[in-house]
Amino acid sequence: MKKNIKFYSGAELVAKAAIDAGCRFFGGYPITPSSEIAEHMSKELPKVGGTFIQMEDEIAAMGSIIGASLAGVKSLTATSGPGFSLKQENLGYAYMAEVPCVICNVMRGGPSTGLPTALAQADIMQAKWGTHGDHPVIALTPAYLEEVYELTIKAFNFSEMYRIPVIILLDELIAHLSTAIELPDKDLLVIKNRKGPTVKPEKYFPYDTAYGDVPPMADFFKGYRYHVTGLSHDKTGFPTTDPDLVQADQERHIRKVNANKGKIIDFEYYKMRDADIVIFAYGSTSRAARVAIDKARKLGIKVGMMRLRVIWPLPEAEILKLCSKVKAIIVPEMNLGQLSNVIEKFAADRTKIVGINHVGGVPIHPSNILDVIKEVK
Amino acid sequence: MAFDYEKYLRMEKIPHLWCPGCGIGVVLKSMLRAIDNLDWHRDDTAFVSGIGCTSRAPGYIDCNTLHTTHGRGLTFATGIKMAKPDKNVVIFSGDGDATAIGGNHFIHACRRNIDMTLIIVNNNIYGMTGGQHSPTTPIGFKASTTIYGNIDPSFDICLLARAAGATYVARSTVNNGRTLEKYIQKGLANKGFSVIEAVSNCHTQFGRKNNMSDPISSRKWIKDREIPLAKARSMKADDLKNMVITGEFISEESDMERWENYNRALEEYTKAYGDLIKKVKKKK
Ligand SMILES: Cc1ncc(C[n+]2csc(CCOP(=O)(O)OP(=O)(O)O)c2C)c(N)n1
Ligand code: SF4
Ligand SMILES: [Mg+2]
Repeated sequence: MKKNIKFYSGAELVAKAAIDAGCRFFGGYPITPSSEIAEHMSKELPKVGGTFIQMEDEIAAMGSIIGASLAGVKSLTATSGPGFSLKQENLGYAYMAEVPCVICNVMRGGPSTGLPTALAQADIMQAKWGTHGDHPVIALTPAYLEEVYELTIKAFNFSEMYRIPVIILLDELIAHLSTAIELPDKDLLVIKNRKGPTVKPEKYFPYDTAYGDVPPMADFFKGYRYHVTGLSHDKTGFPTTDPDLVQADQERHIRKVNANKGKIIDFEYYKMRDADIVIFAYGSTSRAARVAIDKARKLGIKVGMMRLRVIWPLPEAEILKLCSKVKAIIVPEMNLGQLSNVIEKFAADRTKIVGINHVGGVPIHPSNILDVIKEVK
Repeated sequence: MAFDYEKYLRMEKIPHLWCPGCGIGVVLKSMLRAIDNLDWHRDDTAFVSGIGCTSRAPGYIDCNTLHTTHGRGLTFATGIKMAKPDKNVVIFSGDGDATAIGGNHFIHACRRNIDMTLIIVNNNIYGMTGGQHSPTTPIGFKASTTIYGNIDPSFDICLLARAAGATYVARSTVNNGRTLEKYIQKGLANKGFSVIEAVSNCHTQFGRKNNMSDPISSRKWIKDREIPLAKARSMKADDLKNMVITGEFISEESDMERWENYNRALEEYTKAYGDLIKKVKKKK
């Protein structure tokens, strides 16, 4: 019998999962359609002795969660497009200084104030390239409420395992959806925590690669007294302009995620066994695609879906394989082709990429997708 | 006995990157004496800064140190202090860092009254980037972006801090290391948000453009404009233009007008939040 069944909204599940993952600090700034997450955190955090603070803007919110994390407390912020733009400089800082934290971006239409209350998947590329410089990105795209809970916990785990800010790209539709769902047993959750130093303070370096590409992280006030900067730094944490050190460090950042891709990449196949047309989707649009696929199958069309639960890093090898196997890949997105442009590069001339691109705020309807399936058949 | 600065410094990082004669060193030393007077422990103390010459100070201090993004030091510091309310958090900021790009964070940190101390080194210029004018460059003075003379009015950092709700506010200059030490110490001891403005010389970037390119003439220019707050109260506004009014603008003993107090924080913020947690937990 199912037991843990309750009504939850997507926003509520982000908050609940965060707290279950051990998050005890939230710094935020209200923005539609993400504000409910802040509201839930303001209500729930004090109950577990955690801290909620509404900062003066998103720049401050991002700074505050980095500070709290350095002090040893798992931290979350939530925002939407314009706020995500404001966070970019400090987000870059978190990449550079390798500070674990989680940013939930409930996407809305853009550019600028755009469509505050409507569905969009406008920040796929902002998540990838929003801040300057090269850095790896981990971004998750839940499509179901159960998945919001599961992937939020995963986001915290990834951030702690790889010392990296992790982004949840949530669709407005899913943040605001409410249904009864069954949550996993709390005792069965896998919760990861950052690895601390195993050496005495005299022997500790905050960016010591002797322990691998993810250096052990000492929390502030634990006797380690080290320096953190957003400037390029050596293993001691102090600035360096040595070209070789800078090059090696930037490459290590990329590598620490790339080398662990196998553990991070996460996608799901749907009716793919005999498919010669594939829908490549993520988030809420994948739900419309599923309906369209079921209908097309009834018409005898061999169509399936590859659905991304983690959008960055991309499962490149699998996409490449797909490109040489199928006659068309359909990419429905609530933007003007942010992901399909990338898939096109993989495809080269091997298969046809067809985008379905809505930016008017109205969800892509299964019939829109079915029409395209019939066309490319 | 001479003060043992080495106890608090990362000596392997010396020589520092500041120009010889730069006033930032005076402020750093005053601060180190103040934390020694209070017997603060290095492991329990974090120094946070933004970007600029001033913001390089934490790197030289053997504590938990965090050099952040331009103007945003206070936001990181707020996260640290809220996460660990029993630890000491001090922020170093330049005049540009604190009142231009970080101006919003500055007033809101004052308003919240979190138990942290902000030390602003006001050298009237953007030192690190080569001497562009800042929100405290006096009218008529030259900077690399005001070669015809500055027409931008200045902020008064202490009045700004006071109006925004900081609960200890004081100003002195690098000509008075002992007074700076006293004010910083009072700021650190204040259970609330404290702002100490240290007026300083940047002879390299500000002085050079305004006929005082050596540290001595730059500091003399500051010295000649120092007026104690008590004396300033009886002077005419016109005579106070471009002057450096020194003293405590808010302290426990200060004689604030009642009406100035009407919106002031009732409590230190982390204490108020701790009380909120207790209340919520009891209800649960
Ligand atoms: C976002 C951003 N904008 C601009 C800069 C360039 N910048 C670095 S320091 C600085 C001004 C520093 O002036 P101030 O805060 O007065 O510090 P000082 O060097 O005088 O101590 C500027 C504009 C930057 N680092 N980041
Ligand atoms: S440029 Fe100015 S503020 Fe910077 S170190 Fe030199 S004198 Fe000091
Ligand atoms: Mg300055």
